[in-house]
Amino acid sequence: MNKLIPLILGMAAVTYGPRLIPFLLMTGRQLPPRLDAFLKCIPAAAIGALIIPGVFSATPAMPLAAASGMVFTLAFGLWRGGIIIPVLGSVGVTYLILFFAG
Amino acid sequence: MTKEVQDAYRAGVPIFIGYFPAAVAFGILSKGCGISLLESFCFSALVFAGASQFIALNLLMTGMGPGGIILTTLLVNFRHFLMSACLSAKMAKTKKRNIFLVAFGVTDEVFSVLSFKPGPLSSKFVIILESAAYSAWVGGTVAGYVLGGFLPEILTKSMGVALYALLLAILLPEIKQSLKALVLAVASGALNILLIKLDLLPHGWNIIACIFAVALAGSFFIPGEAKEEAYE
Repeated sequence: MNKLIPLILGMAAVTYGPRLIPFLLMTGRQLPPRLDAFLKCIPAAAIGALIIPGVFSATPAMPLAAASGMVFTLAFGLWRGGIIIPVLGSVGVTYLILFFAG
Repeated sequence: MTKEVQDAYRAGVPIFIGYFPAAVAFGILSKGCGISLLESFCFSALVFAGASQFIALNLLMTGMGPGGIILTTLLVNFRHFLMSACLSAKMAKTKKRNIFLVAFGVTDEVFSVLSFKPGPLSSKFVIILESAAYSAWVGGTVAGYVLGGFLPEILTKSMGVALYALLLAILLPEIKQSLKALVLAVASGALNILLIKLDLLPHGWNIIACIFAVALAGSFFIPGEAKEEAYE
């Protein structure tokens, strides 16, 4: 039951390719500005579409729980930054709300 | 141990600490999605790209086929092209046989650390740092998958929010630097809600349409800030 292995190999190939190709080319040439601008816009655009509206179904029985966790991530991330506390804290807040109000 | 090797280990510690819990969350989530331990291990050991692995799990749950998931992975991870281009300029003297290993470990966090290190980079420093990230990521994935079952059910359910929180936590430093990231993310999320309501595209492909449309619009309408960003 390892039917995902071909998918994983495909993902590995399209991840490794873009990481390797610039090292192989080793040229000092600039990317066309339009392409450069497009590529730089991809991460934020991707993250936006992935969070909204999916996060509201992360805790299907109680969307407010997941939303509260995200509010913690937003507040702490803007205040102090980092990854560990914003992520673990959001799980903690979601847990507390599911535990006491769920 | 030379000073350079000591510096590399010192730089690797926060990366290790940052990666491990995120990888534990990935291990737990992947088990919750019903995939095998071998598959979960292979995701982290072969793909080694945090956000796109969470995205792949997310898309699998929406029922998207392999073609769509691989295309999304390409779109999401293509930013590493620019990061590698930047790093290769700082590693001009690296031996050809080392670049295949160095290139495999170019993640957002590793890139951030490397790009702020002044002067040329040795492949030894880069590979030690990347190994710290890789061991945390793969080890955390297996630990989460194997030990996640001993956690209470409400906690496991709460872990469902972890991937969204991780994505937000990765985005927030960008938002603090410029409004551009906020505008792009909100526009993309709003378009996604609209596309889901319209229900025109096959399941899951809405996200690809959002990334393409919003990034393309962004490249035309938002003035370039390339010189201010940390690709030097």
